[in-house]
Amino acid sequence: MFGGGYGRRILFDLKAHLKTLVEAHAPSGHEAPLRELVQSAWKGLVDSTEQDRLGSLIGIKRATQPPETRRKIMLAAHMDEIGMMVRDVVDGFVYVQRISGVDNRVMLAQTVMVHGRQPLPGIIATVPPHLLKNGNGNGKYPEFDSFVVDLGLPADEVARLVRMGDLITVDVPMIDLNSNRVAGKAMDDRACVAAVTLCLHLLQKMHHSWDVYAVATVQEESGLLGAKTSAYHIKPDIAIALDVTFAKQPGVPDDKAIEMNGGPGIGIGPNFHPKLYDKLRETARKHEIKLQDDLIPGASGTDAWAIQVALEGVPTALLEVPIRNMHSAVETADLRDIERCGRLLAAFIADLDKDFLTAIAWEDLKAQEATT
Amino acid sequence: MDTTLLKSLSEAHGISGKEDAVRKIILEAIDGHTSDIRIDSLGSITAIKRGTVAGAPRVMLAAHMDEVGFMVSGVDGDGLLRFTAVGSIDDRILPGLRMKIGVNAIPGVVIWTPIHLGREQSVVKLANLRIDIGAANKDDANGKVKMGDMIVFDSYFGEVGTAMVRGKALDDRAGCALLIDVLRGGPYPVDVLAAFTVQEEIGLRGAQVAAQTLNPDVAFVLETTTANDIPNPLAVPDEMDEPNPTCRIQGGPVFTILDRSIIVNPRLLQFLRATADKHGIPYQLKTQPGGGTDGGSIHLANDGVATAVISNPSRYIHSPVTYLHRDDFDNSLRLVQALLHDMTSFGGTAL
Amino acid sequence: MKDLIKSLVEAWGPSGYEHHVRELIRGYAEPYADSIEVDALGNLICRVGQGDGKQRIMVAAHMDEIGLIATFQEPRSGYLRFTPLGGLIHTTLHGSRVRFENGVTGVIGAPEPLGSSRQNAPDLESFYIDISDGDGAGAVAPGTAAAFWRPFEERGTRLIAKSMDDRIGCVVALEAMRLLAKETPHEVYFAFTVQEEVGIRGARPAAHSIDPDIAIALDVTQAGDEYKGERNGIKLGGGAAIKVQDPGLVVPPAIRDWMIARAEADGIPYQLELLKAGTTDAAQIQSVRAGVPSGCISIPCRFVHTTSETVDLRDVEACVQLLTGLLKH
Repeated sequence: MFGGGYGRRILFDLKAHLKTLVEAHAPSGHEAPLRELVQSAWKGLVDSTEQDRLGSLIGIKRATQPPETRRKIMLAAHMDEIGMMVRDVVDGFVYVQRISGVDNRVMLAQTVMVHGRQPLPGIIATVPPHLLKNGNGNGKYPEFDSFVVDLGLPADEVARLVRMGDLITVDVPMIDLNSNRVAGKAMDDRACVAAVTLCLHLLQKMHHSWDVYAVATVQEESGLLGAKTSAYHIKPDIAIALDVTFAKQPGVPDDKAIEMNGGPGIGIGPNFHPKLYDKLRETARKHEIKLQDDLIPGASGTDAWAIQVALEGVPTALLEVPIRNMHSAVETADLRDIERCGRLLAAFIADLDKDFLTAIAWEDLKAQEATT
Repeated sequence: MDTTLLKSLSEAHGISGKEDAVRKIILEAIDGHTSDIRIDSLGSITAIKRGTVAGAPRVMLAAHMDEVGFMVSGVDGDGLLRFTAVGSIDDRILPGLRMKIGVNAIPGVVIWTPIHLGREQSVVKLANLRIDIGAANKDDANGKVKMGDMIVFDSYFGEVGTAMVRGKALDDRAGCALLIDVLRGGPYPVDVLAAFTVQEEIGLRGAQVAAQTLNPDVAFVLETTTANDIPNPLAVPDEMDEPNPTCRIQGGPVFTILDRSIIVNPRLLQFLRATADKHGIPYQLKTQPGGGTDGGSIHLANDGVATAVISNPSRYIHSPVTYLHRDDFDNSLRLVQALLHDMTSFGGTAL
Repeated sequence: MKDLIKSLVEAWGPSGYEHHVRELIRGYAEPYADSIEVDALGNLICRVGQGDGKQRIMVAAHMDEIGLIATFQEPRSGYLRFTPLGGLIHTTLHGSRVRFENGVTGVIGAPEPLGSSRQNAPDLESFYIDISDGDGAGAVAPGTAAAFWRPFEERGTRLIAKSMDDRIGCVVALEAMRLLAKETPHEVYFAFTVQEEVGIRGARPAAHSIDPDIAIALDVTQAGDEYKGERNGIKLGGGAAIKVQDPGLVVPPAIRDWMIARAEADGIPYQLELLKAGTTDAAQIQSVRAGVPSGCISIPCRFVHTTSETVDLRDVEACVQLLTGLLKH
């Protein structure tokens, strides 16, 4: 049974919310269905919503005790998922093109949804083992070029309902595993969208002096586009990006992974503002929320990478939910990590005061100004 | 060349994202010579030296503060450190090197299996190398270093030969020294928008933000580039093709025609060459297009910025010891100052 | 239109050195533009129309072509070494002719031309250029750019030339400008961009200064009917290609459907394009400032990035009609 802690104070079912999000279909560039879901989930939690011009959803919760100069914190979690596209329709079968980082090795025999003139469930076809030469097709996984989606429909029906460019997504429900763990597609990065929703819920009963710009960004998987454009739109003073990271599991080097249920990962490295890191750590310590260092020596590949260099530069931090089996249909997360992430965000936002920007300014200049 | 300044810059520890020590030196060095000193959110310094002619072009000069190096990525059970590279470094140089780790500059060495025990010639990847700081065990090591601690080459700055200096990180602390000297000189007719940038080695990051903020009309990047002008012991005598040196020590400042990140504006390049010729300053063209510089992100900033790259030729960059010739540094300084003085006569970058 | 095509495809303009092409296009565009500007990178930006509260639309076609630049002259032999400007196809290089800006023609040589190079293209580093004139080393200094050279030819409705990529896109833009004759309810910016072939560098600053509501890129796309080529369904002569997706751009469904609806309303032949390799100016334009929903009208092309890029005149005309139709309404 999950639901301790914040559950006694507010009514919000994190797991049900997450399930709704991950079971929806929205590959990069086609996020409209998810945008509507998130918009309705945030309704009543934010004062207004906006969009940037690529379709990122921006929920604005105004400060309860604003200082003279208003300050903005941006929270960014991406709502797109990896996906595929119809390349051609031949004799009632659908040929496939990949969109972003889809792994061909985990696709064979997966159930999928082809988003034609109506949603059409199908399966990625496989050849029975009896008929394979050399047992397993030369020891290699098939590439997307050789994938065929079978919709089980007559050829003329398929020709009528499906055309080149229609989307294909994996179609699987979210399931429960032991120890508060859940598995499904698109935990990357809807686990983090859910964490932001939780944060907004918690903020309803808290005072905060900064304006909160919660963003569900688009097209992260195709080049961090929504983060770039929404940061430009918002012009935030600081930003926290949220994404998933590798959890420890066989086959993943320990250096590249953090523990499941060890709390959110927090990025260390040049992509992240060192003082912002310190402040998040301080908040976590104060509220006894577990955090795990995640060392990222260069490009983080997350929205943080795009936000940091937007406009005149934005002090940016990264919080991460550890998941296993990334980019598969069984991305596995621990609800407690998501919950900690949401709580940490809310606590951090509540702690922000009017002097925060001075507090994270580079010390050397302050020291110099003090002497002159 | 102010060797005292260059020494302190070269010996400062500052990998990409941790340029604090370098920044401190530069802030002291430019104090009183510029106005509007700012540190942006990534940590780059921007400063302005006002020009004497109203309406003259606003010229950005950029040099990057960061150096290549490593970070501690973990501690093994036996107290040895795992580490990961920040910026591009040849794995082949690492076995047996000395390093300095963390803010306290704890010394460490890259361990290596003695030749008595193995003669395998395949390159050992960085992931399989370890640094020994003499810790007894994991707890002992964890008491001394922590994950994310910066690691730099253990090196020193000094004179070498008759007119050369040596040291780590001359890419691009030599450029920083050059820019400081420019700011100490003057006055110039144009506004000089100085940027000491961060995070060049991991993707030209600081310069992007600095250029977006300063929004200059023209930019010159002051860099340090690869002189590969040493003979090849394996060359066959009278071979038709000779190794391309890219540029040569004592050949004067190096002008980039293009590299992986930028095609230099031809008119601006022509202006560089004409200015050098006019003042009798030797120069050379970079004859290999590898790598990229801050110019790559500056020229695409905002509405686009006409940008050129001027480099000191230097040997063995991205290693513990790089060489720089005094003549090249002095000629680069003369050239940059001449450019700033002549900039008002520049006919514009339109072709 | 064929004269315009011939003059543009035969012009000299490798990436970063587009000035001749720019002057040529400026000459054609001047009568049909309300204003013309050149930005810091060399993008030529022509405005047509005042907007009147409607959309601000950017139309982008790139002026540059693939080429190369001499970097180093062998001290003994005088042969030139070079580095590519854009994605050269190694197997097409040996024996190719290039023209430097000063008019000198060079011939590209490969190592062991009748030996190992017959079967496998060598690395770019081992090619060289002969510029000898029989009387000294030849008059090309390192640092000089060159473009490939072959004259324009036609065979029925097929048009064959170097640098169809993307001068044919420039032609589509210029023809649309001519047909609009300054009449459009929108504020349209025709941007003839630089440095697309070296990583889409010109389009981004151009879009930043134009700050458009939406953008349309015009570029060639790989035809799917080359023998054993990429099977993407795109046919030469099959009409204007409306892009759905490529590795750098997912066209927003609203933009794609806007184009399809226009083509169907005006009876313009079109085909849908899904490209597996390569992308266009739109890939950079889409994420400028707070984002620019961007699409692409493509001209199907065979033998892309060779000196014999082949397009069909009917497709070019369909693209012109489609673009003009979109901008008129």
